[in-house]
Amino acid sequence: MLGLSKKDAGLLLIVGLLCLFAPFILNPFPEGSAMAQFNGGYPDLMQRLVIFGIFAIGFNILFGLTGYLSFGHAAFLGVGSYAAIWMMKLLTMNIVPAIMISVLVAGLFSLLVGWISLRRSGIYFSILTLAFAQMSYALAYSVLTPITGGETGLQPKYTDPRILDSALPAGQSPRANLFGLDMKATSQLEIGDWVFTFNAGYYIAAIIMLIAFYLSMRIFRSPLGMMLRAVKSNQQRMNYTGLNSKPYTLAAFVISGMYAGLAGGLLVAMDTQVGAERMFWTASGEVVLMTILGGAGTLIGPILGAGFIKYMENIVSKINESVLEQWFAFMPDWMGDFMVSIVYPFVGKGWNLTLGLLFMLVVIFLPGGLVEGGQRIGKLFRRKKSEPETPDGKTTPAE
Amino acid sequence: MGILEVKNVNKRFGGLQALGNVNLSIAENSVHAIIGPNGAGKSTLLNVLVGKLIPDTGSVMFDGQSVLGRKPYEINQMGISRVFQTPEIFGDLSVQENMMIPCFAKRDGSFMMNGYASVESQRDMLDKAEEMLVEMKLADKRHMHAAAMSRGDKRRLEIAMCLAQDPRLLLLDEPTAGMARADTNNTIDLLKQIKEERDITIAIIEHDMHVVFSLAERITVLAQGTPLVEDTPDNIKGHPKVREAYLGESQDAA
Repeated sequence: MLGLSKKDAGLLLIVGLLCLFAPFILNPFPEGSAMAQFNGGYPDLMQRLVIFGIFAIGFNILFGLTGYLSFGHAAFLGVGSYAAIWMMKLLTMNIVPAIMISVLVAGLFSLLVGWISLRRSGIYFSILTLAFAQMSYALAYSVLTPITGGETGLQPKYTDPRILDSALPAGQSPRANLFGLDMKATSQLEIGDWVFTFNAGYYIAAIIMLIAFYLSMRIFRSPLGMMLRAVKSNQQRMNYTGLNSKPYTLAAFVISGMYAGLAGGLLVAMDTQVGAERMFWTASGEVVLMTILGGAGTLIGPILGAGFIKYMENIVSKINESVLEQWFAFMPDWMGDFMVSIVYPFVGKGWNLTLGLLFMLVVIFLPGGLVEGGQRIGKLFRRKKSEPETPDGKTTPAE
Repeated sequence: MGILEVKNVNKRFGGLQALGNVNLSIAENSVHAIIGPNGAGKSTLLNVLVGKLIPDTGSVMFDGQSVLGRKPYEINQMGISRVFQTPEIFGDLSVQENMMIPCFAKRDGSFMMNGYASVESQRDMLDKAEEMLVEMKLADKRHMHAAAMSRGDKRRLEIAMCLAQDPRLLLLDEPTAGMARADTNNTIDLLKQIKEERDITIAIIEHDMHVVFSLAERITVLAQGTPLVEDTPDNIKGHPKVREAYLGESQDAA
């Protein structure tokens, strides 16, 4: 199907179904219940889940396949965002040109950064990319203020030229749309106490993520993907096999830069504003965490990692002291207070602490990320089932 | 005129003259061994031939074209394949993938942006890799992680990868270093068989005299960066200069 093996097609189908039913899956708890805190099925979060999924999928093409660890990918996301918002200011609020330009500009910028940074490998490469990203951030924040809006950032204004759009009725603010379909258009479905929200912007972003995921699958299974894994495995052998590893790594760098630009463009399409903090180095670090947490070099890992981190960021950080008190209200007072003071550092503003601990646990015990965790669980079940036939669970290779 | 002509090559590292006026001619379709005691400049010479080092003076011509200043991948594309002292393979990839990569390098050149077609759809490459795996008796290991193979098999795979490119010159850098006697003999047999079956020139740098005298048709002895003598194995064995410079150190080596 679609030039994919059965297994890959199945994976694509699963991701597609998860995207389609995300408004239900992420909203398992009835409105107004104590657990409603954990509902993630609101448009803003769902959009972020898939957009950062795209970012991580692209990052994985570079890091997962070639092993080159870039610490500057947020720069491409930021550049894509700025490009998109300028399209919205100058041309039209339709998201199509904005997204196309964001991919193109990020691609060109990553070609420049990659061309220079890939002169070195290992830690020097990482530092070079980090330097580029921080330079971009500093420039966007200060010198380039006429283009980037500096501290205040940019958003479409009523007075922008927008040469392709007809004039807005007085007093109305410009809204991002896809040929007239408003990105913020939502409809709600109420079943009993449950409320499910369907948002146009989310579904458009999800479709684009599925296309991005499909393309990354094709790259993984292609001769290019094999060469990129060869780069990671043994560059010496590669060079002595008549292959020039430089254009291969540069191709991977530019492709992942374009994915980052696409994510940046989509962020603008969903929420029409940009600030320089989008390019800050912590944003570059976040995509590294997503990829490693999910499973670098695996197909679905980055999506899981991105979803996991964005969910944590938005949900765990919302839990405050009064919520905790509500949870432990059934306990005697002294015990409740004790529990609140224990749990409190890990939630709310302390969500990073929880994330950090989880990240350490994953890296130490599951170097292959969440995907490896899934595989181990799967193996456990399979072994139990097949135990009567093959006692050791696997066949030893004939050697 | 040999397929590889080295003329007046000098290479100096600081105060050390690693190669001094090296002249070497390797005849097409021959097996030529380069021997010499430690520090004789064997590895330096090899690194000059494959483009890793650029000599201070002199010329290196392969099939009438200069290799100097070219990158290793360019020299490989000219038809020179190198086997390393410790097998250099793609350890994280399967044996089959290891075998396919040189096939792709041969067909598509040093870079090809082929990111959409699946590897499975490249029938000609799969067939060529399979053919080589069968010939080199590695077919039953095709789905194995290359890093998990025994050292002997890794060596066999590396040689197979080089041969898949149909090189005109195969350079071997101490191919049996650190091998058990049985593995060494297997490697000798393998190289003999390769020589019988194809039109290929083999240049071999080796410490092990057993390997050298079993394979080589001509031998060059290097000492202190300069070729001492070049002759057939029989003449080399009894050559007084060679005994003095090299074999004299260990009478039992031959």
